[in-house]
Parts: sequence; C-alpha cells; structure tokens
Amino acid sequence: MHSLTLAEIGRALAAKQFSAEELTRHLLDRIARLDPQLNAFISVTEELALGQAQAADARRAAGENGALLGAPIGHKDLFCTQGVLTSCGSKILGNFAAPYDATVVTKLASAGSVTLGKLNMDEFAMGSANESSHYGPVKNPWDASRVPGGSSGGSAAAVAARLLPAATGTDTGGSIRQPAAFTNLTGIKPTYGRVSRWGMIAYASSLDQGGPLARTAEDCALMLGAMAGFDAKDSTSVDQPLDDYLAALGQPLAGLRIGLPVEYFSAGLDARIADAVLACVEELKKLGATVKDISLPNMQHAIPAYYVIAPAEASSNLSRFDGVRFGYRCENPADLTDLYKRSRAEGFGAEVKRRIMVGTYALSAGYYDAYYLKAQKIRRLIKNDFVKAFEEVDLILGPTTPSAAWKLGENSNDPVAEYLQDIYTITANLAGIPGLSMPAGFVDGLPVGVQLLAPYFQEGRLLNVAHQYQQVSDWHKATPAGF
Amino acid sequence: MQWETVIGLEIHAQLATQSKIFSASPTTFGAEPNTQASLVDLGMPGVLPVLNEEAVRMACKFGLAIDAEIGARNVFARKNYFYPDLPKGYQISQMELPIVGKGFLDITLEDGTLKRVGITRAHLEEDAGKSLHEDFHGMSGIDLNRAGTPLLEIVSEPDIRSPKEAVAYAKAIHALVRYLGICDGNMAEGSLRCDCNVSVRPKGQAEFGTRAEIKNVNSFRFIEKAINHEVQRQIELIEDGGKVVQETRLYDPNKDQTRSMRSKEEANDYRYFPDPDLLPVVIEPSFLAAVRATLPELPTQKRERFQAAFGLSVYDASVLSASRELADYFEQVQQVSGDAKLAANWVMGELSSLLNKDGLEIEQSPVSAEQLGGMILRIKDNTISGKIAKMVFEALAAGEGATADEVIEKKGLKQVTDSGAIEKMLDEVLAANAEQVEQYRASDEAKRGKMFGFFVGQAMKASKGKANPGQVNELLKKKLEG
Repeated sequence: MHSLTLAEIGRALAAKQFSAEELTRHLLDRIARLDPQLNAFISVTEELALGQAQAADARRAAGENGALLGAPIGHKDLFCTQGVLTSCGSKILGNFAAPYDATVVTKLASAGSVTLGKLNMDEFAMGSANESSHYGPVKNPWDASRVPGGSSGGSAAAVAARLLPAATGTDTGGSIRQPAAFTNLTGIKPTYGRVSRWGMIAYASSLDQGGPLARTAEDCALMLGAMAGFDAKDSTSVDQPLDDYLAALGQPLAGLRIGLPVEYFSAGLDARIADAVLACVEELKKLGATVKDISLPNMQHAIPAYYVIAPAEASSNLSRFDGVRFGYRCENPADLTDLYKRSRAEGFGAEVKRRIMVGTYALSAGYYDAYYLKAQKIRRLIKNDFVKAFEEVDLILGPTTPSAAWKLGENSNDPVAEYLQDIYTITANLAGIPGLSMPAGFVDGLPVGVQLLAPYFQEGRLLNVAHQYQQVSDWHKATPAGF
Repeated sequence: MQWETVIGLEIHAQLATQSKIFSASPTTFGAEPNTQASLVDLGMPGVLPVLNEEAVRMACKFGLAIDAEIGARNVFARKNYFYPDLPKGYQISQMELPIVGKGFLDITLEDGTLKRVGITRAHLEEDAGKSLHEDFHGMSGIDLNRAGTPLLEIVSEPDIRSPKEAVAYAKAIHALVRYLGICDGNMAEGSLRCDCNVSVRPKGQAEFGTRAEIKNVNSFRFIEKAINHEVQRQIELIEDGGKVVQETRLYDPNKDQTRSMRSKEEANDYRYFPDPDLLPVVIEPSFLAAVRATLPELPTQKRERFQAAFGLSVYDASVLSASRELADYFEQVQQVSGDAKLAANWVMGELSSLLNKDGLEIEQSPVSAEQLGGMILRIKDNTISGKIAKMVFEALAAGEGATADEVIEKKGLKQVTDSGAIEKMLDEVLAANAEQVEQYRASDEAKRGKMFGFFVGQAMKASKGKANPGQVNELLKKKLEG
C-alpha cells in the first residue's frame, strides 16, 4: 500500500481495495517503525488521522468520490493545525498548539485528506539541509549520512521513504524544490499568491509560498488543485481562477519552446549533474520540444539580494516571538528587557539569530538604502530577466541544485557555503514565478533534480511537462533501499 | 529678549469604523479586557492583516476636507519596536507614502482673525493595546482590545505660534473629524490624542529652535497648559545659558509639569520597511469621487455661509459652526424665529451659559431649538421684553411649559403695551415720587440723564417688568418734560 502514489491510492480507495483506515493504520505503523532512522516527523497525529480516515471512509460509503478522500498526508510543521503542536522546528514554539487551522490545512482536510503528522523542518524554514531544527536533523532516506535538503526536509524524507504519499512544504528560496531534488521527488513552488499564506508561519512574507512534495507530477497536480486558490484572509493571495491541473497533464509537448540559461550551466555545477540535465533535455526534444540557449544576466546578484530581503522580513516577522503571549518564556525574568532577551536568546537557534541580526542591520537607519532598497532593485532586474526570457521561450529548464545531497555537518560551520547551494532556485522566489523540481537521474547513488520554471500562473504547464517526462522516464519510480 | 513660540501638533484620531483596521474584531470602547481581540489582534503566528476599506474611505474624507492630495498609491510600512502591548513587535503604519498628503485648515483666532495652518500629512495606522499597571501585584496586565483600532495621525506644519492657537487648531480638527463622522472625538476615552512639538526662538530669527515633543496630551485645557509650561521651561533654560535638547517629554497634569521620557539618543530605530503582507493601496479616481459625494457641508463652508447669509461676524459664525450639532441647533432657531442675529445672541449667550453651567452638550439642551425660536418670535412681536424673555427661558429650561407662549400665559408675563394703562401706572409712580420729580425738573440736562434711569426703574418695578420698555421711556420723558 505504501508504495502507491496518491492517484493510485484514490483509485484503490474508490475500488474498495482497502479502506482509508486500513491505509492509515499501515502508514502509522510504518512511521513508528521507520521514522526513528529519519527523524522526519515532529509530531505523529494518530488520533486525528484515525478520526479523519474513518470520516473519509464514511463519506466514501455515502457515495462521495473525491480524489483526495482518505489520502494520507503530512504537513510541514509551520502550517497551523488546530490543537496540534505547530513548532516551526523551533524551541520557541515548542509548547505552541495552534488555536486555528491554516487555509491550506482546512482546504486539504475538506477535500478529505488524512493528516498523519507534522513534519520536521529547518527552524523557521531557515536552512537548506534541515540541520537547524531544534528537533534534530533529518536523514536522507537515500543515504542516512546525508542531508535531505531543506527547509522542507521532513516532508521530503517522509515521502521519499514511503511513509507518506505526499506532504505539504513551503518554498522561500528553494525549500520545496531543493529537498525534492535531494530525495528523488517532484515538488512544485507555485506562483507567489497562488496558495494562501494564512496560517503558514512566516519566514519571509514576500517570498514564502506553500506547495506539495510527492512522487509524481500527477500527485502534485492533485495536491496543488486542493491547496491553491484565492483566500480573502491573505491580502497577497491572487483572485484568479484556478486551472484544472489534472486536465493539463495530458497536453502533448510538441512545439514547446524550452530555454536553457547559460548561467545555469557554468562553473560550480557538478558535471555529472549537467549531463543528467542534458539527458532529460534530449528526452523532451523527442517529445517535440525545441531548445535554445537563453540568458538570465542578473542571476549572479540573486543570492546577495535574497540574503538581504529574506532576513530583513524575517527580523520583523519573528518579533512576535517575545515570550509574552505564547511560546517559550525564560525562567524568572528579572524585568521586561530580561524577559525579551532571555526568552529569545534561549528560544531561537543559531541560524535564526544570525538572520535576525543580518536583517535588523539591513533595515537600520543609514543602511536601508544601501541594502534593502538596493536588493529590491535587484529583485526587479531579476524579474525583468524572466519576463524578457519568457517572450522567447515557454519554459526554462536547468539543474535544481549545483550538487547532490551533502553529508550531515558538512556545511554546518560555513553558512555562506550552504547559502550558495540555493543559487538556481532563489531567483524564482525573487521573481514570484512558479518552479518545479523533478527526478532526472542519479550521481553516485544520489538523486538529481531538474528544475522547470514557467511564467506567472503557469503551474499547469510545469506539471504537464513533468508528467509527460515521467511517462517516458523511470527515475521517479526508484525507491531508496530499506523503504 | 523677545521669544517666539513655534508649535506643531500630531493628532491621533481613532476612526469610527465598526471593525478594526486589519481584522474583523469590533472596536467598541470599554469591553472586558481581551474580549475584542482576535487571532490577528493577538499577533498569533501565521495570521495576516486585511485592510478595512472603511478606514481608507474615512481617511480620504479627511484628505478631501483639508484640500490635500490623496496618495493614489499609498503604502503600509512596519514600524518595529518591542513593547508588551504591541503584539506583533511592530506597528503597521505608513511612512514614505501616506494616504493623505499636504493640505491645510483655516482656524479662527480669539480676535476673530483667520489663520491658515498647514497640514503636512495624515496617515493610517493601527493602535496598540494598553498596559495596565494596577491590580497585578508588581506585574503588568495587557489588554489588547484597543490593538488594531484604526488611527489617522494628522501631522501639522510648525505654523502654530501660541498655546491658544494650538488649542484653536486642535478644536478645529476635533470639529472637522466629527463633522465628517470619522471620529467620535471623545477625548476622555482617548478617541482623539495629541502630541505637541514645541520650540522657541528669538523673535525675528528664521531658524527654528530645538524642539521637544510632549506626548499624549489628552484635553484642550492640557494642550494649553502643557505648552505654556514647556515654553516657559525652554525660555528659562536658554536664558540661564542652557540648551534645549531634542527629546520626548511627558505632561503630568497633576503637577502641571513636563518631564523627560527619552532623549533623541535613546530613541528607537524603528527600521521602517514596506509591509510585505499588504499590497500598496491604490485609490481609484472613481472611489475618490464617490467619497467626495458623501462629504457634508464643512465647518469652513458653514462659517462662510453664516457670515454671508446672516450677516454674522467671523467670530460669531465660527463659534456657531464649531460643531455640527450646534450649527444645526442655531439654524433651526433662526428658521423658527426668522431672526439670525437674535438667534445667534441667544444661542451664544443664555443657552451657552446654561449648558456650560450644567456641563451639557447641545444635544442635551433642556430648551429645544423649537422652543427658543418660538420665544424669540415673542420678543420680536413685543409680546415680551428681552428682560422678561430671560425669565421665560429659565422657565422653559426648568420644564415649566412646553412653549414660550404657554409660559407667558401661565405666568402672566405678557408685556403691557396699552399706552393708557402705562400712562396711568406712570402717573402713580410720579405721584409717589413727587420730591424726585421736583428735583428732576430743577436740574440741568446732564443731571437729568442720570435721574431718568431712576424713574424707569421705579416704573418697571411697578409693572413687574411687563410694561413695554420703549413705551415707558417715551411716555415718561413726555410726562417729566411736560
């Protein structure tokens, strides 16, 4: 049962091959047995899951037949779930049972999905290795000595290890696509504003987007269809009709114009990854796509711009964690200042503190123009690069990451080295365009991801191309040994 | 040395919206602590603000009323600082691109002259909660009911030159926001709060002196007192060879003092930046046109109309247009009586002192505009004299009759205008004061003038005030001369 995709589960449930409750019990058992090797879950919500599974079975019995009715999923632990610990991977929210559900949680629940647990993540989504979590690092199912990527590392590991068929994640600089690439999954970061941020605890508000991680493009289409849509509770949510992502999957690729940015294939990219990406391009050509080189000249400025904007927003977003109303509070504060200082000093981890300090500095009087404003200008240039590129091509393709998953601890003492790993993914967040990573091979037994980028609100095109590729490739079917 | 005072005011007006500026919680004053605080107001993790359109509409109303340019694209920014009653650790405000740009307001000074005060800007922001320091045994309580209440912060130019002008300006803003129906103006409940920027400079000097900001001065009386005190403090400081430092001061009404709160060096770096959770607010011309169509007649327009239509002085017209309720009352008295001058005199005179004495608002007046207008009619048609009218007015105020006519009838206050009756009464008065009549007739013109008043007094006394004073004068003169 656990090796079935979400789409297959839907069909099996409809055909009454097993019940949602049986499936849930099976996966809960797997989680109990296998997750200790991975540490993908912060909370397992057994009671909630069984209740939802039984409700889904009842709805099926009553004649309902939704594709996600009874589908087991997990949520990254920054989506608020009512009455359930929502920790954001941080000690400071270690006692925080959210008093409400995030819109994404509500939408998936009303589609009939079953929540098996809350998934580990880098603290406040700050990281590319899932090593900054207060709840311990997550291991990559493909090699337990390696990182699963981050910040949605728990989501990626759980789905890759067949503990769940799909999970939610969030992507601020690559946090869905990079772990998807590192664990042989398909993950999509939608257009900024496509998925509601209500109840999704913010890291960098202008960059954060929720999206799914699953084993196939089809499953991502199923998940995204349920997650996306306008939400009046999120002012940055876009009021635009939702495409039928499932219907888009079958489109033939004949005539599809693909652009390969020269900047994505330059120094710093593992040559074996480059080969895997180009092999994927050859397959797409066979499906009728045409390919040309393009340029995204401002890509080199993306990382510095990102590491000003994201920490600046984070420094303000994380001010509410002050020990006053919820979350961790230090013991016996001497006075108000002591309460603030120690609650935050003891509650936040090193990477979070680093980014709060960087962001506070960037917004300080006298530095704002030089850092924040300049970064916003770069952001506009990067966006213009994409707009211009999409005048010539329908899709941009390249590697998701410059290397495959690295060893746990390898970059722990060198934050900049880890920041540089986001080079290919970060531009999509700065521009707000959608991006997808899909499996495209292995290097030394470690998965390699190909990234597809499309114009605003063209999630359907990304899922279509990935799905068509997955009809002629088997990479996404590979299973890590022992799972 | 001669000193000149320079003042600028920052007035925070709580907008009278039903719900908060970024959440659906109600804004009612005085509810049990924390019962009007939603997830958004509490700054819970994951929550997002959604702008209340009504707050935008109200800010636009204000902007149009002060002839300001409305920010077609205005932007909310975060003002970052830590305080327990600020749940998110930042206040959503506006910085670089406010909703209301440069405008002005004309105010009437005590001597009846008009003065134009520039308004630099007005911007929308959310109010903070309240820290409660009593009843918690050395700890503080936090009430977040007020957190998220919409505020319009109205910043004046440093155009104000005296504490009295500051009060006149504050009153004019108070009147305006109430006319517009965008703020209830209740200063005791904090609906309108004022920060005063005060500096002094030698008369004739072009540069401004260093200013101090006095925070949260919450009544018109305190504005005058606080500024007066601060001006004296600054002048004494400079004359003693000291220097004013830029700082924030707090006014203590109990001690009538200002004291330092924090210096410029201790001031927060608020690290303003555009709030990424909110999109820029785009004001469409059609939206603005619709708002313009809802504007009522404003105090300035009303004052000008009162001057032009009724021939009132600037001062009288300003007083009568100071609040919408007072203006409406005056206009109704004018309509019933058909006499604007008498109406103005009675409203600003007897009625105002009656209301002042009892601490009442015009809406609570015990004498209705209908009643007062009806009474003035009786003055005009000589049924009663001005003096008797005061008695009638008092009777109306005491509820001793539904109309002036009823009071006059019941109390027999009708003026005696029958010449025969008056003459008869005068003859009796003169007969009873024969000695004084002798003296009068023997005196020269200058002395007679003084003595005449005595006879009038006696005559009015004899008639219990009811004799028509004009006729008494005329007939008395005739009889004494004759």
